[in-house]
Amino acid sequence: MIQAGQPHSEPILSVRHLTTRFRTDLGLVTAVDDVSFDIHAGETVGIVGESGCGKTVTSKSIMRLLPERVSRIDPASKIMFRGMNLATASESRMRSVRGDQIAMIFQEPMTSLNPVFRIGWQIEEALKYHTDLNRAQRRQRSIEMLRLVEIPNPERRISEYPHQLSGGMRQRVMIAIALCCEPDILIADEPTTALDVTIQAQILNLMEGLKRKLNTAIMLITHNLGVVAQVCDRVLVMYAGRVIESGTVHDIFHRPQHPYTQALLESIPKRGRREHGKRLPTIPGIVPSLHHLPAGCRFAERCRFRQDQCVDHEPELLETSDGRAYRCFFPITQAPMAPTIGGSDVPA
Amino acid sequence: MSLLEVRHLVKHFPVRGGVLNRVVGHVHAVNDVSFDVRKGETLGIVGESGCGKSTLGKMLIRLIEPTSGTITYEGQDITALSHSQMMPLRRTMQIIFQDPYSSLNPRLTVRSLLKEAIAFHRIVARNEMDDYITELIRRVGLRADAADKFPHEFSGGQRQRIGIARALATKPEFIVADEPVSALDVSIQAQVLNLLMDLKDEFGLTLVFISHDLKVIQHFCDRVMVMYLGHAVETLPCLELDEQVRHPYSKALLGANPIDDPDQRRPLTILQGDVPSPFHMPAGCPFIGRCPDVIDRCRAEMPPIVEREPGHRVACWVANEDVAEPAAPAKSLG
Ligand SMILES: Nc1ncnc2c1ncn2[C@@H]1O[C@H](COP(=O)(O)OP(=O)(O)OP(=O)(O)O)[C@@H](O)[C@H]1O
Ligand SMILES: Nc1ncnc2c1ncn2[C@@H]1O[C@H](COP(=O)(O)OP(=O)(O)OP(=O)(O)O)[C@@H](O)[C@H]1O
Ligand code: SF4
Ligand SMILES: [Mg+2]
Ligand SMILES: [Mg+2]
Repeated sequence: MIQAGQPHSEPILSVRHLTTRFRTDLGLVTAVDDVSFDIHAGETVGIVGESGCGKTVTSKSIMRLLPERVSRIDPASKIMFRGMNLATASESRMRSVRGDQIAMIFQEPMTSLNPVFRIGWQIEEALKYHTDLNRAQRRQRSIEMLRLVEIPNPERRISEYPHQLSGGMRQRVMIAIALCCEPDILIADEPTTALDVTIQAQILNLMEGLKRKLNTAIMLITHNLGVVAQVCDRVLVMYAGRVIESGTVHDIFHRPQHPYTQALLESIPKRGRREHGKRLPTIPGIVPSLHHLPAGCRFAERCRFRQDQCVDHEPELLETSDGRAYRCFFPITQAPMAPTIGGSDVPA
Repeated sequence: MSLLEVRHLVKHFPVRGGVLNRVVGHVHAVNDVSFDVRKGETLGIVGESGCGKSTLGKMLIRLIEPTSGTITYEGQDITALSHSQMMPLRRTMQIIFQDPYSSLNPRLTVRSLLKEAIAFHRIVARNEMDDYITELIRRVGLRADAADKFPHEFSGGQRQRIGIARALATKPEFIVADEPVSALDVSIQAQVLNLLMDLKDEFGLTLVFISHDLKVIQHFCDRVMVMYLGHAVETLPCLELDEQVRHPYSKALLGANPIDDPDQRRPLTILQGDVPSPFHMPAGCPFIGRCPDVIDRCRAEMPPIVEREPGHRVACWVANEDVAEPAAPAKSLG
């Protein structure tokens, strides 16, 4: 029972009933709807789900980085971190949490790096804020950080502007900034999306190292299920603002309960001659608009197991005794779960 | 027949520095790359971040001017064309941009964005415009109400579809797809790949498909060209990738790819050594700094591209040791 849920340790981050709404021209939308999960120190939790399902909004809610003018975290939401409720913490409180204790690598490196400042300056700013290093030390440390994330010629790159770097290099600069102050929790929103696999392997190694060395908890948002399979302990599957399934990485990949999770896994391109150039299995239809959410199960319109009940009522998130949860009236396997969850089939 | 013939394409970006902002050096983004793309074929390009894939892709449709080399499209050397001579080809040759965030004008609705390109190239009559746009939006799997929204109202995946719709709007024959599915989650990725496959069949599209995901390239493309530091180091049919791959960098790419199964976790191949800098191209093979197989000759001389078998070209001293004399550069690169 090492990785699966780690029931004996206190979670470092505990999210309960997180609900985040946006004001739009077409009215109020609930982008994240009653999301609850825990992350423990030293654990990697993956969040997967269709584009627009609320992964980034979930992480930006935790960081309180959403535009205040148009967004609102429901007052009943709880984001517990070191005895603080981040959902209601003051902005000055949040400023000391952000970057220092919880760091985030953003999905869009180009828009989160400031285009008018040299990248060295941007790293040094982060160091200035979060460390006591003097100017020369900060410069030195910035160069080291760039070298750590395998940016060639860091001494030179440091005086370049973001547009002079390739997409992958910009992403690595973002990672360098996030790692500057050795955070307790690292939220990585698609950290390897723009990278080729050899660099991706390095970044994953880098994050693994951080986790081992500092017991950092990692929340990893990615659409790359290979990466999830390789590094995550637990997985949260989201759909249209809801958590629709969660469990250990083994359960999710080998014993998915929710039809969406199953369909998601099937749509990965398979290697090999027989599959080459074949159309891939897809999920028919599209995600419901947040403006017109169905009364029943949010996946019902696209689900191959749909019954009348699914259209009329939304299933509750059902938590089972073995630490998994799913939101479906007709889960894939009704059979009792094999008693191996978190046991021998989980490599250390 | 080759639709596109690329010969000795080179792009060096000047680097400025110092108080006088003089050119102090050059980034060697693309170095002497040659290849052919047959009509209806999909060529995959894979390689390290910063190895020059986007630069190459943009040169193919002349969004970036090459430093030297030629690009021949349907028998016509397009590198020599003036801006106005290039105009008709701007419709035929399109690009799906890598970054769906910064490539869409934030002030335009999807409709105006598409209208711009459609009107400019007079694709349909004015009174058919709205129907055409509705159909385009449907074709890429967006809701009809997407037409009157602004880019910021979409998630990453949805924006990528807008990028595809924009590229398709002018009914192109040739598309450079620069990482079109990298920002997408797998179920949408499958839809977009199927969409591109359908469009390929429907319109006989020829594609250059840039991706860092070898698995996607293996599934989707006919041939793959592996790039490293601006060089094409290996080219081969995708179906032969697993068994025939020879270049140590291509092998590393395969070994670093995580498998979609938590029971098959494996130590990923981590390349040692420094990522070389395109400012200071190493003498010899571009891969020397990280290559696990390096021998003395690699440091001294650039390995020539050898056509080991028809359609399988490799640039590596060690991988080609079994081939007696490097053959003269092949005439046809198909
Ligand atoms: N500023 C905003 N105003 C209005 N709606 C927004 C805003 N930001 C996000 N949304 C909406 O919230 C929903 C969730 O978006 P989010 O960015 O969290 O998706 P995601 O799961 O991260 O998707 P992707 O995989 O594409 O990054 C989307 O439907 C999006 O349109
Ligand atoms: N306008 C520019 N000025 C100077 N250097 C540039 C410019 N555009 C690109 N470069 C440099 O050229 C090299 C190749 O960049 P390119 O964007 O083509 O790489 P890429 O293979 O597409 O990378 P990625 O996978 O990260 O998108 C990089 O070293 C980059 O920094
Ligand atoms: S509740 Fe019904 S519609 Fe929803 S996923 Fe389960 S079977 Fe499908
Ligand atoms: Mg996101
Ligand atoms: Mg690129």
